[in-house]
Amino acid sequence: MPAKRIIPCLDVKNGRTVKGINFEGLTDVGDPVELGARYAREGADELVYLDISASKECRNTFTSLVSNIARHINIPFTVGGGISSIDDASRLLDAGADKITINSAAVANPALISEIAARYGRQFVVVAIDAKQIDGTWRVTTHGGSRLTDLELFTWAVEVERLGAGEIMFTSMDHDGTRNGYPCDTFARLCSELSIPVIASGGAGSVDDIAKVLIDGTADAALAASIFHYGEITITELKQQLSSRGIEVRLTK
Amino acid sequence: MIAVIDYGMGNICSLGHALQRLGVEWQLTADPTVITTASHVILPGVGNAAEAMENLKKLQLPELITTLRRPVLGICVGMQVMCRHSEEGDVDCIGIFDAKVKRFIQQPGVKVPNMGWSRLANMDGKLFKGIDKGSYAYFVHSYYAPLCPDTIATSRHPEMFSAALKYENFYGTQFHPEKSGDVGESIIKNFINL
Repeated sequence: MPAKRIIPCLDVKNGRTVKGINFEGLTDVGDPVELGARYAREGADELVYLDISASKECRNTFTSLVSNIARHINIPFTVGGGISSIDDASRLLDAGADKITINSAAVANPALISEIAARYGRQFVVVAIDAKQIDGTWRVTTHGGSRLTDLELFTWAVEVERLGAGEIMFTSMDHDGTRNGYPCDTFARLCSELSIPVIASGGAGSVDDIAKVLIDGTADAALAASIFHYGEITITELKQQLSSRGIEVRLTK
Repeated sequence: MIAVIDYGMGNICSLGHALQRLGVEWQLTADPTVITTASHVILPGVGNAAEAMENLKKLQLPELITTLRRPVLGICVGMQVMCRHSEEGDVDCIGIFDAKVKRFIQQPGVKVPNMGWSRLANMDGKLFKGIDKGSYAYFVHSYYAPLCPDTIATSRHPEMFSAALKYENFYGTQFHPEKSGDVGESIIKNFINL
């Protein structure tokens, strides 16, 4: 059985990493390749790069960045942000991405999931789902949580798997950014209804939170940004602490 | 020079980069002369075993591959098509490794595809020289080769399966060494040094 994965997420704007402090030993913390390589050395199991640039020109910058990442990083990496067609997906695959993640585009055009999965295999397609609770029902949102859809979380997640997604990355918009932990019951239910891996995102404030979502929430992986970027804990330390709590993680030398 | 067989099965980008990082000369090719004269041959593969066999046959490569006497490494589906048969598309394969590839059975708590880092065990031989016991490698697959006389490393999901196979000069890894961090890099290096 695979070990639980720890995945740092790097936001990229105009080819530069957005968040992050000045790590010791890094000459340029804004360099996505250098920061990614550091995380890989510390024991990150995968990397996620999200392009948060708005313009078309920046898309090209991001694509050349993806080729650069592929040349230097020896662990799997996922890219996302603004992918809305099979051509976008192909461009990023050709640049060397191992997986792509789609969110709003999957809601707008569910057939896109099948189309990409049919061409490049389901392992290539990670569908990100953002949802929030409205009157006790988990409702799917798009565009960074700003638009509420009619979709119900569990129904949508099962549909996404049926359409060909290889993994689901779930973020609770009620928890994202709060650093108060994840909704573990919701994760546990998602995992029991799906047979593909589930990545927990949004809400990690401590090692406890991550341990809980991996054990109680039975998530296969945890994605986090700020706790790593601001140097609160290194990936090595996090994994050692998870391991000492009996969670199987890949420890590197 | 290392020949990486070009038979239209998925993206070989990351394999190419891994070879580049090790500073070895390599070429993507389907040319029988290049393949037979290469010092090492790699058969990569992402995707479907039946389609992979069909593509290899179109290029008249299955027989040629069996005649190679230099080290050959099949990766993922590349390894699977070097087995006798695959359940994926119920297809007869090249038949170098004495195994029939099966699909993981979906059951509660067992995710299919098996995706992520899993421990290697029972590692045997030069391919794993210097690799610590219990090291992790990166796997992405829904089909697997059961244990067989050619097994030279195992992993679990949850039952034990072949993580690597060897028969004479032929090697196969179910995991992706090109994505398996430093451990993977060492395994590719070991292959190149065979």
